[in-house]
Formats: sequence, C-alpha cells, structure tokens
Amino acid sequence: MAFLEINDVRKSYGHTEVLKGVSISVERHEVICLIGASGSGKSTLLRCVNQLEEVNGGEILIEGDTVTGAGVDINRLRRDVGIVFQSYNLFPHMSVLKNIMLAPTMVAGVKDKEAREKAMTLLESVGMAEKADAYPDNLSGGQQQRVAIVRALAMEPRIMLLDEITAALDPELVGDVLEIVRELAHDGLTMLLATHEMGFAKEVATQVCFLEQGSILEKGPPEQIFENPQEERTQQFLSRVVKSGRL
Amino acid sequence: MSTHSLVRDDVQQAPEPSAPAKVTGVAGIALIVDLIAIALMLYSVKLLRDYNHGNTASTIVGVILLLASLGPLWPTFQGFLGAGKRAKLLGDKQLVAARRAAARGREDTAIGIGYGAAVLIVAGVLLLLLTNSGAVADTFLRIDAWRQSFNEEIHAFWINVWVAVVSFILVLIFGLILAIMRMLPGRAGAPLRLIATVYCDVFRAIPAIVTVLLVAFGVPLAFTFTQTWNVAWLGVLALTLTYSAYVAEVYRAGLASIHPSQTAASRSLGLSYAQTLRAVLVPQAVRRMVPPLMNDFISLQKDTALLSVAAIPEVLQVAQYWESKLFNLAPVTLAALFFIIITIPQARFVDYLINRDAAKRAGG
Ligand SMILES: Nc1ncnc2c1ncn2[C@@H]1O[C@H](COP(=O)(O)OP(=O)(O)O)[C@@H](O)[C@H]1O
Ligand SMILES: [Mg+2]
Repeated sequence: MAFLEINDVRKSYGHTEVLKGVSISVERHEVICLIGASGSGKSTLLRCVNQLEEVNGGEILIEGDTVTGAGVDINRLRRDVGIVFQSYNLFPHMSVLKNIMLAPTMVAGVKDKEAREKAMTLLESVGMAEKADAYPDNLSGGQQQRVAIVRALAMEPRIMLLDEITAALDPELVGDVLEIVRELAHDGLTMLLATHEMGFAKEVATQVCFLEQGSILEKGPPEQIFENPQEERTQQFLSRVVKSGRL
Repeated sequence: MSTHSLVRDDVQQAPEPSAPAKVTGVAGIALIVDLIAIALMLYSVKLLRDYNHGNTASTIVGVILLLASLGPLWPTFQGFLGAGKRAKLLGDKQLVAARRAAARGREDTAIGIGYGAAVLIVAGVLLLLLTNSGAVADTFLRIDAWRQSFNEEIHAFWINVWVAVVSFILVLIFGLILAIMRMLPGRAGAPLRLIATVYCDVFRAIPAIVTVLLVAFGVPLAFTFTQTWNVAWLGVLALTLTYSAYVAEVYRAGLASIHPSQTAASRSLGLSYAQTLRAVLVPQAVRRMVPPLMNDFISLQKDTALLSVAAIPEVLQVAQYWESKLFNLAPVTLAALFFIIITIPQARFVDYLINRDAAKRAGG
C-alpha cells in the first residue's frame, strides 16, 4: 500500500463534475507533478487531499487509513498534510514570525520559545531571517511565498501539496521559490504539486500526471511524458506550452 | 506584412494639435455670480442690522460678512488675466504656452464661481432667517428662551448620554450573541439560526418608536416588578432590542468580508473553526467593523430622543415642556444643538477612519 492513495475520486460543483474518477498513488519520498490546462481540476484535487473540499465519490487514504468521509479527524489529518497556495494567503495582521508560529503553538502545543527558534531556523534556511518581524504586505510576492512554504513546513507535514506556487510571481522571483522546493525534494519530502513550470517538473518529478477535464489522461516518468507523450491531447498541451515559452 | 496586418498607419491620421480652451466666457459668468452674491449679501447684512437695531455686534458681523463676500472677485480677476494672456500667446503662435495659460485661467475662474456660489448660499440663508422682519429667527433662535431652558435641558441631556452609552454596551454583547447564533453551522445549528434571523428581521422591521412605546408602557404591565425601575431603564431595554438586530448584521458582514482563502489557509494548518475565528478572522474583521459600529452608535444616540414619547425626562421631553410654556420653538432648537455638538465630531471621526482604510487599501 502506497503512502498516499487517491482512489477513483469524484468531485462535483452543482451539476458540473470537476473530477471524474482520479486515481494516483504516491510512494514515500516521491514527487508527483500534476500538469494540465487551467480548469482541468488540479487545484480541486489538491484541496480534496487535505479535505478543504469534500469528495463526492471514491476515497483517499494516507498510510492505509481513509481520510475522506464522515468521522475523520480533519484537524489531525491537516497537521500531516501541508498545503501552499498560489496566492500565498499569509495572515496580513501578523508578522512573518507570528504567521509561522501560529499553528505549532495553537495546534501542536509547542512552547512559544521552541516554536520561535524553529521558525527562525526555517526562515534562515530560506534566506528570510531578517524579515521575521516584517508584515506580509511589505514583502514581495516571492518573499511571501517563501514564508508560506515555511509556515507549512513548521507543522512538520508528512506530505506537502503545492498548488502552482510560482504562478503569481514575477519571472525573476520564481527561481528562489523553486530552489526551495528542489531542496525539499532532495531532502526526501513527499510532495504532490500542480505546476506550469514544465522544466522544473521534468527535473524534480518522479512521476508526472497529465490532467484533462477532470481525468488523468496520461501518467508516467517525466522523460516519457515530456519526450514521448502517447496521447494526442498531451502532445497538443505540451506544444502549446512550448509556444508560450515555458519549456 | 500580410494584408490582415493589425497595424494601420495608412488610415490613421495624426490628430490636429488641440486648441487652448476658451476663458473669457466662463470668467464673465464667474463675475456675474460674484456680483449677484455680493448684492444679496449687502441686502441680508442690512436686514441683520435692522433686526438688531443697528447695535455694534451686528455691524461688526455685517462688515466681516461683506468683506468675505468680496473674496471670490480675486480668483475671477485672475481668470480674466489668464484670458488676456491666452490671447496674447495665441497671437505669438505659442500654442502650448497658450494652452497652459488657458487651463490656469479656467481653474481660477472655477474657483471664483465656487466661492461666489458659497457666498450666495450664506447670504440666502441669512435672508431666509431675517425676512418678514425676523420671523424665522424669532421662531427658532430666541436667545432669551435658550437662556431660560438651558439649565434644565443640559441636565436632561445627561439622561440621553448615559442611556446611549449603556444601551450600546449591551447592544455590543447581545448583538454578538445573535451574530454567533446566525453563523452556527450545519443542521444542528439550523433552529437557532432561524430564531436569530427572525429576530433580526423583526426588530429591523419595527420602527424604533413603536418598540419604545411597547416596551415602556407594556413591560411594567406584563412584568410588574419593573414598575419600581427608573423608566429610563425601559428605554435602555427598547433601544438595546432594536439596535442589537443592526449590530448583529455588522458583525456578520464584517466576518463575511474576510476572503475565504484566509479560512482555507488557517484550516489547512490544522486550526479548528473556533481557533480560526479567534486568531485569524475576528482580528482582521474588527478593523472593518469599527466604522459601521460607530455609525450605529451615532444613530442610537439620536434615537434616545424617542424616549420622550414614553414620558422619560430626557432632553426632548424637557424641551417640549419649555416650548409649551414659552410658546416658542427655540428650546427644541437648543436640544437639536446638543445633538449636533456631540454627533458631528463622531461623524468626522468615522469618515477619518474610512478614508484611512481606503488609503491603506489603495496603497496596497
Ligand atoms: N468553488 C467552486 N465552485 C464551482 N466551480 C468550481 C469551484 N472551484 C473550481 N471550480 C471549477 O472546477 C474546475 C476545475 O478548477 P480547478 O481545480 O481550479 O482547476 P485548475 O487548478 O486545474 O486550474 C473549473 O472549471 C472551475 O471553474
Ligand atoms: Mg488551480
């Protein structure tokens, strides 16, 4: 049994089915990249994994234990599953340091002093230590996103979900953020990430899934998907990406 | 280049350089407005002196008003200078300089019109007060009537102040309870949600004066132990019932105005809904709630005058007593003045808060 099993997950908003039976299994230390056009359901799938959205069918298991459906301790689950959003979503009324310390102190019961030290160590590792007392509105997008990653890491999640975390950034700020993800991958953190950065996906992914209108059309190792895609739709998608200068 | 080129230099001609705007005409209008305003002010000042039998104070006030009314002539004069400059520069074929001179001239002229119109309004109001040999002033603004009623009215006004403050404290608490009830989730919360919603709808529908009447006269009959109470407390009760419905709405709207992505971020870190409320939503919402809460507080202060219908000796009740005693409305105007004096600074403060937040949001 894989670390994370997504089995035939279905999700509808009203009458539109957004996920039409998606299955993925993620082994420990794997980095899985979700690619696909805007609106294909990448964000929805990630939000289902940590139960920000309720699935309408199928199930999701982490280490063999189902995390979908009634009776699941959602707050407990979310401590193990970190998520970083495209729009950072930092808390604007708290300093960077307080943003990071909030969940460890409030949810995990870590002592204030310990949480602070941990937060500072993490901030240092992403080159943001001198911004610890700054407020999110005074940071650039790239800096905010680095803080958001650290905020999720502070809960020591067993898996991280990253939802197009560089899509809102100016091009010159993308590199710093991707560098952090690259290091996390190197350190063996299990990750499921939606991305438009194909070059990056090619480099860090152990597996790439091409999502099209709520279904996984093709999946495989990056070499196969990017160099030798089997499906015509995958080929079309990738050639559009090449034209936009992203590959 | 293909035939479907997006760039069409061939058909788009360079525009004519724009000519300087005209100035003399508007400057003329400004001059007419200013002169009419001065004439009207002259007449009103004459009435003012006549009404006060030509005493020194009224003469001084009149002279000041007249001098002030001459002010708008200066920018209007500048406007005419601008018009002259424009014509000269245009003659010298200095198009850009002429355009600038014209723009400045028109701006000066606009100022002349704006201030002239203000003088016109002030003079008009003065005229209205003093016309009919001071009928309006005699009805609303009699100084001797103010002198007689002032002491009792200011004492009565104290009731309005404490009723407003105590009511609003209770409103903040009761409104919060209602708001929480309205936001209870799921099927389990549905009955309480419904009750709170019905409460808010009903008490926002009933005119406050009706609630005051029902409570002040009905409660002592229905609950006889309240007959020993100071009746002002029944006023507090009525205003609290009414304003809690509005304030519950302010709380709810304030929380709803925080973007759902903040909740998503907080919940995804493992915080419960209650923790999310406390640490993330409420601290952000409070800032946005303060101006509408202040607005509700201001209207509550004014609605304390409604207690007069329940024979509670607040300021309007006392003012009406003096009105019937002196056969003159000036004591009621005095009550109005009290409300103006305490309310305007608060209203300015709310505007300041709103502008500050708007500036902050615009600044990113
Ligand atoms: N809250 C929602 N309500 C209704 N439709 C939604 C909602 N969220 C997403 N959708 C729809 O679901 C589809 C998939 O969206 P999303 O998962 O955001 O795609 P992606 O992240 O791949 O761009 C889109 O068609 C979108 O319009
Ligand atoms: Mg998305």
